[in-house]
Amino acid sequence: MSDRVDRRLAHESVAARPHFAAAVVLGVASAAIVVAQAALLAHIISAAAIRHAGLSALGGSLVALAAVLAARALLQGGFELSGRLAATRVMAVLRDRLARHLLLERPGLRPAERTGELAAAAVQGVDSLESYFAGYLPAIVLATAVPVAVLAWIVPIDWVCALILAITVPILIAFMIIIGLGAQSRTRSRWQALSLLSSHFLDVVRGLETLRAHRRERAQAQTLARVGERYREETMSTLRLAFMSSLVLELCAMVGTALVAATIGVQLTGGHLTLDAGLTVLLLAPELYSPLRQVGQQFHASADGLAAAARLLEVLGEPGTVPSPSAPRPAGDPRVSPISLESVSHAYPGRPREVLSDVSLTIAPGELVAITGRSGAGKSTLAALLLRLADPVAGRIRCGEIDLRDVDPAAWRERIAWVPQRATLFAGSIAENIALAQPGAAPARIARAAASAGLSEIVAALPDGLETVIGEGGRQLSAGQGQRVALARAFLSDAPLVVLDEPTANLDADTAAVIAGAIERLARGRTTVLITHDLRLAARAGRIVELRDGRIVSNLAACVGAPLAVAA
Amino acid sequence: MSAATAAVIRAARLQRGEGRRLVLSIALAFGTVVAATGLLTTSGYLISRAAQRPDILELTAAITAAQAFGLARAPLRYAERLVSHDLALRILARLRAGFYAVLAPLGPGSLGEHRRGELLSRFVADVDALQDLYLRALAPPCVAALVIVSAGVAAWTALPLAALVIAGSLAVAAVAVPLVTGALAGAAGRRQAPARAALATELVEALDGGVELAVAGRGPERVQRLRALSGRLTWVARRDAVAGAAATTLSSLLTGGAVVLVLLVGIPAVHSGALAGVLLAAIVFLVMGAFEGLQPLPAAARTLRGCAQAAERLEELGSLQPAIVDPPAPVPLPATGSLALHAVAFSYDRAAPLLDSMSFEFEPGCRVAVTGPSGAGKTTLARLLVRFLDPVRGAVTLGRVDLRELAADDVRGAVVLIAQDAHVFASSIRQNLLLARHGATEEELWAALQAVQLDGFVRALPDGLDTLAGEDGKLLSGGQRQRLTIARALVSDARWLVLDEPTAHLDVDTATELMRAVDAAAGDRGLIVISHRPEGLEDFDRLALAPA
Ligand SMILES: Nc1ncnc2c1ncn2[C@@H]1O[C@H](COP(=O)(O)OP(=O)(O)OP(=O)(O)O)[C@@H](O)[C@H]1O
Ligand SMILES: Nc1ncnc2c1ncn2[C@@H]1O[C@H](COP(=O)(O)OP(=O)(O)OP(=O)(O)O)[C@@H](O)[C@H]1O
Ligand SMILES: [Mg+2]
Ligand SMILES: [Mg+2]
Repeated sequence: MSDRVDRRLAHESVAARPHFAAAVVLGVASAAIVVAQAALLAHIISAAAIRHAGLSALGGSLVALAAVLAARALLQGGFELSGRLAATRVMAVLRDRLARHLLLERPGLRPAERTGELAAAAVQGVDSLESYFAGYLPAIVLATAVPVAVLAWIVPIDWVCALILAITVPILIAFMIIIGLGAQSRTRSRWQALSLLSSHFLDVVRGLETLRAHRRERAQAQTLARVGERYREETMSTLRLAFMSSLVLELCAMVGTALVAATIGVQLTGGHLTLDAGLTVLLLAPELYSPLRQVGQQFHASADGLAAAARLLEVLGEPGTVPSPSAPRPAGDPRVSPISLESVSHAYPGRPREVLSDVSLTIAPGELVAITGRSGAGKSTLAALLLRLADPVAGRIRCGEIDLRDVDPAAWRERIAWVPQRATLFAGSIAENIALAQPGAAPARIARAAASAGLSEIVAALPDGLETVIGEGGRQLSAGQGQRVALARAFLSDAPLVVLDEPTANLDADTAAVIAGAIERLARGRTTVLITHDLRLAARAGRIVELRDGRIVSNLAACVGAPLAVAA
Repeated sequence: MSAATAAVIRAARLQRGEGRRLVLSIALAFGTVVAATGLLTTSGYLISRAAQRPDILELTAAITAAQAFGLARAPLRYAERLVSHDLALRILARLRAGFYAVLAPLGPGSLGEHRRGELLSRFVADVDALQDLYLRALAPPCVAALVIVSAGVAAWTALPLAALVIAGSLAVAAVAVPLVTGALAGAAGRRQAPARAALATELVEALDGGVELAVAGRGPERVQRLRALSGRLTWVARRDAVAGAAATTLSSLLTGGAVVLVLLVGIPAVHSGALAGVLLAAIVFLVMGAFEGLQPLPAAARTLRGCAQAAERLEELGSLQPAIVDPPAPVPLPATGSLALHAVAFSYDRAAPLLDSMSFEFEPGCRVAVTGPSGAGKTTLARLLVRFLDPVRGAVTLGRVDLRELAADDVRGAVVLIAQDAHVFASSIRQNLLLARHGATEEELWAALQAVQLDGFVRALPDGLDTLAGEDGKLLSGGQRQRLTIARALVSDARWLVLDEPTAHLDVDTATELMRAVDAAAGDRGLIVISHRPEGLEDFDRLALAPA
């Protein structure tokens, strides 16, 4: 599991290769410097301590030591910088990939995905990946380079010590791997706990007023506390393991150092070793273990980021709800070609019943078709299929001769103006909201669209008029007003196909009548699919199609009142 | 900064009660540094002494000390990390609870400019940042101070001059490194939290409205916006990286400088006999070990700044006033009587009066249909009835008691509002119903579902009542979602049910049947239905609102 994440992250981090290369070079140089520093320091101390050499005799060595220490400081800084800059690169790339994936490649979250969870993963989760790129990976470089350099230096000095060190290193690594594997699944569940907390929080904030209406707002504090407590427990159990592994690593390092020190002591008292050499080895032993311990520590520190990354990669791996054809055909033009549903069936995952069964329907260019039917009959699903937000599980939909599946979804959707059943008002001005699909539209056109949607009076009463900021954090509109803003989007559009889902649901009869007239005018010269339960509105359509339990039960010309054709 | 400092102090006080754990964690952290330094120092001495080939017995004390230090270090660090992280998580839990407690009474109106994504970011990031206040910001300076003093004392016993050099250089490093990095990081520290919040806000909106944005062809533009916001975070991270690398370089340079200085002082001292030769290594190693103890300081300075920020941002939220507050001594809820409007006037802003001098009595068991054009103030009226809003003039009373004298929870227990855009939570259908009354039995849930004609649909689902409704009910059809919220009213045991446009998304037949069934299920409870549709409301009394 972790390998896969590792490998995929490596794949995502191409942009940061130069930084990583720099980190490797600096890491190797650091290893050399570590050895030089130990040797010089040991030389100076032993000379002063044993031979009582004075400053004058040691001047050269002292200058050299100062230079080495300064070089080490610079190398350390450079090493850290390259690692962290690499991390920022990768983090930006990952965020960008996620945004593109979720907004362009497959708009709309899957049922199992929650906004809060994804937002937390994309912001906090990606940020915590810094430990991985800036901590763990560089630590691995050092953990490879430093022991090699140290051992290479010690072998000629004292092969027994070198042997001790060489034997303990693999043991240390083995421990690290064993404990690391155990910690991984726990970190994952810890990340899941945080995700749950985030999604839950977002849901609660959105439904705060509903909670309050049912006097449950305070009870939610308990739920949040419970989820929070679970997070604490998960974290502590992860941490206990992580710290335990550090403890084991440190003890191993300690035993190694102690053995080395004892060996040196014996050799020194036996006169087989100079103090200079002994001190060098003593200084180098902890330097050898230190990067290994760092790897262990950084591994745990970056575990959160890795768990978040695993989740993000999973999300990135989810294919689009509708595949884009590799060689797309140009989208059909509803202005001239009929739209035909041919034995279309649809079902949602996890729901056994078909939502649409064997629906066949042809909509002529320029026709205004009303779709009616009881709640849950499948009307909105039909609209979703027309918009190619999903592909039917059986049958096909064509515009002219061209199957929607052979067209790039974005190109097809460009030809459609859609007002969903529960439209979203985005944070921004009323004008911006109306111009959702036409960001550059002229103010006069926007005002005309607002007027067609019956908004003129309301807008006139607002101090900032069309520039009034609505949506989250902005001024609240009444439900009917909000719906008319969404409807104005369709009036602004000149798309050849218009799909309106319950456009008058929240409107009183008088307002609805005005809107109905406007919709009728809008429909002239375009193909319009009008989903509505409002019979007076439906009566304006040329044809009324009634759905029941996913099947077409009647397909009548509205005014004539006689069946034109009844699809099977 | 002074405001921020004050905020930090207040935040620190908030975390009081954990003092013992904090002292323990500082003690353990200090112990870890002592053990590490002690090990280095004694082994330096040991080896130097061993080189003089003394009798092994002379070395036993030093050997024992080295062993003790060596053995103590790892367990001390282990204990320190456990204690300190447990402390941080406890603080975190308390902060989260406190944050939500602030949020809960705030209505959409009182939340002002704060958007959900931003709140989420605060909830996760700011609260997270504050949990580190003790651990990563306040504890390291304490440990550093202890280290400086004890290193100085230890060195003093060997060579006073060296002690001055060591303590001096440690003190310089302790002050200079955080200062320099702070200056280098500059605005980055202050911008991180806002940058995160902005990104989260944009992301939440784009994800929630993703389908509509895609159909409108606005996806690419949103991606651009997200990229720009993510770019701000990248900028912050770059600055922080530069500052961090500078801190590393600087503290490493200062460590090196201190080592060289100690050598410059120590070598002549050995030469002149003022310092025993065997102690030279010990002193040098002491410097190296003590500087390790200062390592968390630059990060601590950064954390402190982050905490100050977070504390300020959280306090700002805490200072928002809920629109509705309970009276200090609420009157008990009257057991009988009507729900009545007495010359109620209301407007959201003074320029545009919405309701004016409105009087009406909703008797127990009443059946009232509230009608009026869109924007007339029907929803506003409903909000007044459950005290989501208070009238500007006049009063809403329940059993002759002004709602403002009752506990808001009591009011909402007696009058339940199913709002026009009531939220459906991402949990199961069952949980969504139980919201209205926690103790409702399975039969009661089914009865409510039957009244809104959802029983057949739910029974046919493989998971039945435990089917997830999806985020904001998106796994249900529009009408199903709406009917689920209406069913909540029937589950509740309120005396008045206020339904705001319960049939907006329903066809004529379903709407008529639903209203009949709800009427029957409501029994002797009052039913106040706001609707622009006549179906099923033929026998209701009317309350018609004029256009605003
Ligand atoms: N929080 C608010 N702040 C300012 N103005 C508001 C707020 N909520 C509603 N309004 C305005 O008050 C007026 C009445 O709104 P309300 O929601 O009560 O209307 P309504 O009768 O329920 O309309 P509809 O039938 O469309 O739901 C509208 O003009 C609306 O824009
Ligand atoms: N994303 C989804 N996942 C699973 N089931 C779904 C999903 N969306 C809709 N359904 C189910 O499919 C059926 C048809 O839903 P659809 O939204 O098409 O109905 P509708 O005719 O538009 O109804 P309404 O008039 O209530 O809006 C319903 O039973 C609904 O529960
Ligand atoms: Mg629908
Ligand atoms: Mg309303």
